[in-house]
Amino acid sequence: MIDTIHAVQTPEGVDLALPVAGPAPRALAYALDLLIQSVGLSSVQTVLFSAGQSGFAIGLYLIAGFLVNWFYPVLFEVLSHGQTPGKRIVGLRVVHEDGTPVAWSASVLRNFLMVADFLPLLYLAGITSMCVDASFRRLGDLAAGTLVVHAERPTRKLRAKRLELQERPLPPPFALTLDEQGAVIAFAERAPFLSSARAAELAAIPAALTGADEPRARLLSIAAWLLGHA
Amino acid sequence: MKLAAFEAQGRARWDRLSALLDALELGKPGAEGVPVAELPALYRHVCNDLALARDRQLSTALVGELNELALRGHQLLYQARTGRGASLAAFLVSDFPRAVRREWRLVLLCHLLFYSLALGIGALAYRSPDLIYSFIDEPGVERMERMYEPDHGLVTKGRGAEEDAAMFGFYVWNNVSIAFRTFASGLAFGVGTLASLAYNALDLGLIAGHLIRKGAAQPFLGFVIAHGAFELTAMLLSGVAGMRLGLALVAPGPRTRLAALRASARESLPMIAGAALMLVIAAGIEAFWSPRRLPAALKLGVGASLWLLVATWLGVAGRVSGD
Repeated sequence: MIDTIHAVQTPEGVDLALPVAGPAPRALAYALDLLIQSVGLSSVQTVLFSAGQSGFAIGLYLIAGFLVNWFYPVLFEVLSHGQTPGKRIVGLRVVHEDGTPVAWSASVLRNFLMVADFLPLLYLAGITSMCVDASFRRLGDLAAGTLVVHAERPTRKLRAKRLELQERPLPPPFALTLDEQGAVIAFAERAPFLSSARAAELAAIPAALTGADEPRARLLSIAAWLLGHA
Repeated sequence: MKLAAFEAQGRARWDRLSALLDALELGKPGAEGVPVAELPALYRHVCNDLALARDRQLSTALVGELNELALRGHQLLYQARTGRGASLAAFLVSDFPRAVRREWRLVLLCHLLFYSLALGIGALAYRSPDLIYSFIDEPGVERMERMYEPDHGLVTKGRGAEEDAAMFGFYVWNNVSIAFRTFASGLAFGVGTLASLAYNALDLGLIAGHLIRKGAAQPFLGFVIAHGAFELTAMLLSGVAGMRLGLALVAPGPRTRLAALRASARESLPMIAGAALMLVIAAGIEAFWSPRRLPAALKLGVGASLWLLVATWLGVAGRVSGD
């Protein structure tokens, strides 16, 4: 299947599929983070300068600005399950390439090296890198060995509607390979989300399997049989 | 095995793991009826189920569900140990100086390049009075000259405690940010780092050469010598860290460029962290000590001993036999 999946092999020998996030949601999360940072800094400013513009307040404000600028993403990513507030809202998470939670060194590297992603202007290097790399890694991710993945699984929508087929189970007219069985089951899972015209059109493609009349119902019956419905 | 049978067999186990993960992710010690000690066994069993379900093409939805359970279990089970042996004192006394010495060739090279450029441009600025105006505008030069006037400049008059505090904040914000950017721009094949170092060398050489020509050598030197020990060295170390990134891409050696970059990035972390700490110390000295009105001999003496201290610290601290 063509999909933006980064496979990770665990010590148990099973492949985990990490759904990597592309430039658009990440840019949105970044914009939200910038907004949150500036709101946070301006409230710090209001508090500090409420008693007039003393030199101490200016000094503290500059240090706060420095800390927010460089360490806001690092602190949130390490202490809050790989999620800055912006990433949490958008549903993204930073992980190591092996799927483990991001730790200090990797987070510091990927966030500090964002300076290099900005070069030569307006994040051109970072965007180019993301478009070229199969896992959408920007330069900081490449150097730190991190990935940004979707925290919400896309299959959740499929699962929310439990697969209950009403059709009478029918054996397929000839033996199906594993891949073919998988395709038939995937069709049954997606059928509730398709328009009936589109579902009929798709079901008519394997004509040898479904015959001429009512291809959709026929394919769902085969799926019910494959799934072991009584 | 058909999906329905497979699900009937595994459902209880998946629900138990799911409940346990929900609880652990919220920071609870375990779920109702599922102690945390069961996590490894449940997780490995679900990995097994996932491999079976995927191999038999059972159902995209089920494979997705099992994949998510395994992913969450993996995240909890295989966390990096953070804070292992990480103490600031150990870092300052041994890890950081050793990281600097490991890169002694680059450290030496960066120092040579930086100071020869600064000296060269300083000599030029000393001999030709107009050179500085090609880089800094007239009001800027005047402001600077006033700061170091022998009789009533900043160094002889001093400034208030409030202004010192504001300047401390400014130095931390400005200098540490510059160091981080100098490091990160090394990713552009080292060009960004070299440009940043060259710019700072030019700046330092021009101003020093010009002020010495104007007869303000003593107030200038008295102001910069103390914090310079930490500030200039830290700037150069951030440059070394940046050059490591750049060199990994230019000359990766027997590794791929990506692998070399990753190794260099990891190894340059202690260097950049140490440089940041040194710059915070430098900011403290520059804000609270450098502008004090004190006898020149004392200021120069303290400054010289700080240079000696930095050199000894980075050169000797944390040395073990065979190091």
